[in-house]
Amino acid sequence: MKRDIIEIRWHGRGGQGAITAAKIVAKATFETGFPGVVMVPTFGTERRGAPVFTSLKLSRERIYDLSPIEYPDIIVVLDHLLLEEGDIIKGLKPGGLIVVNTPRPPQAYSFNGMVVAAADVTHLANKAGLPQGVVNTGIIGAFAKASNLSDMDTLTRVIEEEFRGRKPKENAGSAIETYEHTVIGGLQ
Amino acid sequence: MQIIESGNVAAALGVKLSRAQVIAAYPITPQTPLTEKLSEIIEAGDMTAEYIPVESEHSALAICIAASSAGARSFTATSANGLLYMHEQLHWASGARLPIVMCVVNRGVGAPWTVWNDHQDSMSQRDTGWIQIYANDHQQIIDSVIKAFALAEEVMIPVMVCYDGYLLSHTYMPFDIPEATLTDSFLPPYRPAYCLDPDEPANLNTVTLSDVRTDINGVKAHGYMEIRHLLQQDMLASMDAIERVDSRFKNIFGRGGSPFIESYRSDDARFIAVGIGSLSYHLRDVVDDLRDEGISVGVMSMQLYRPFPYQAVAKALKDCQGVIVFEKALSYGYQGPVCSDIKSALYHYVGPEGSRPFVLNYILGLGGREILTKDLYEGLKLSCTTKPSSPDKPRWIGLKL
Repeated sequence: MKRDIIEIRWHGRGGQGAITAAKIVAKATFETGFPGVVMVPTFGTERRGAPVFTSLKLSRERIYDLSPIEYPDIIVVLDHLLLEEGDIIKGLKPGGLIVVNTPRPPQAYSFNGMVVAAADVTHLANKAGLPQGVVNTGIIGAFAKASNLSDMDTLTRVIEEEFRGRKPKENAGSAIETYEHTVIGGLQ
Repeated sequence: MQIIESGNVAAALGVKLSRAQVIAAYPITPQTPLTEKLSEIIEAGDMTAEYIPVESEHSALAICIAASSAGARSFTATSANGLLYMHEQLHWASGARLPIVMCVVNRGVGAPWTVWNDHQDSMSQRDTGWIQIYANDHQQIIDSVIKAFALAEEVMIPVMVCYDGYLLSHTYMPFDIPEATLTDSFLPPYRPAYCLDPDEPANLNTVTLSDVRTDINGVKAHGYMEIRHLLQQDMLASMDAIERVDSRFKNIFGRGGSPFIESYRSDDARFIAVGIGSLSYHLRDVVDDLRDEGISVGVMSMQLYRPFPYQAVAKALKDCQGVIVFEKALSYGYQGPVCSDIKSALYHYVGPEGSRPFVLNYILGLGGREILTKDLYEGLKLSCTTKPSSPDKPRWIGLKL
């Protein structure tokens, strides 16, 4: 019930790395001014390809409530098809932000009063040298551009640390590429 | 150094810093990432220890018992039915007075199967003669593991460090990793007064007669009951050791200071909510909201469950008007075990008008049932504002019959 917590829900498919993406953002935002950081993955039903989500809470103060997010400020979607499969924007606050990996422009979406930030992460990540379908580092660039909650220098450094020995430059590059190509749609 | 990691990694790093020498474990959700992390650390050569994979939890603890008897610092970890499968060996470890440390990543018990969190697993092992410590966050997990080895080796009683499955084990939050040089000075290598030695063969824990007898040296040897009495005495006396270990840790690392109970906004509170683990921190937010509405309420978290810190509990609760115990465990046919223990601790304290605080019990979160802040708020508010009826029967939160 604390009102100074920024709540971000990450939706992806099992194996897409939504938890890793949220963890990277958690580490970066912790360094850049949010001493209260908690990331709570959904539990127990993780299967490859199945819809999964994780809750990331950011605060200037310590966070005590570890319950999953009910009313997010931001929703990050690693696969745009998830928007059609279920009510994943459930609880999003009025005027909230939806960051989505999609080949379509933000104008293609109509979510009553919500801001849509769109980027074709699947394509951009591939261009940055990552194998087809690796989108969890790219989406961080779209998140950064649309949310302004952390800076790209910190985020790319944390990405490189997290992916040490696993294409760190390409993963950081994917975030930068996506940052530059994210289109933010206005209130509709 | 501050890092953001999961609770299981916090536990594994605590075991690494404690320089455990033998680790035997069988993977079980949600404990698995803890033992995986330890096996990775050992495989990478970052820790000198023998990691022994086993075919069951019973064997895991049997190996720790053997290793500890031979003088090695030993660690295992489990959850739920894995812990229950160890049950016979739990009694053996404490009866043999072996300073084993075990993490219990709390999970509900089958049947029916659940992998999610409650406290029924460790609570049901209350009477096995192990010290039970509960952690509320990742910092307390890593710190408690390190302190647990120091404590176990001082009092020669095994220690369980319990923390919430998923809610803490799989959640990421910041915590500080203590410096290895400092943990080394806090926790020197284990040097047992006695351990198995092939050059001096001995029988340990053989059949003990019901009465005392004279041993081969002509000295009166304890019977079974004397050995049990000593465990009870040492268990009670371990509270002093727990305070000493905690204060020694605090002097070096600056953290700790509340080894028995941790109180929040409780000094002047007319009502005190009681919880264990992450729930006790969740209740802090609820208390803040109720305080904003002028309700005089605080939270007490139980950090230590066995030995039961009855004096600290009574001191903290005896002068308030009501105690509301939120529990994720149940003694079927009565009430939550912590609730009963708290009532027992308060029995001797009667106020000037012959009154004691009322003690209410809520059961919630079993098998990972989501605990909603608004449900905690409503339950606690109701308990603080209305006269309780049938207080001995626990009430349920979040039940959907």
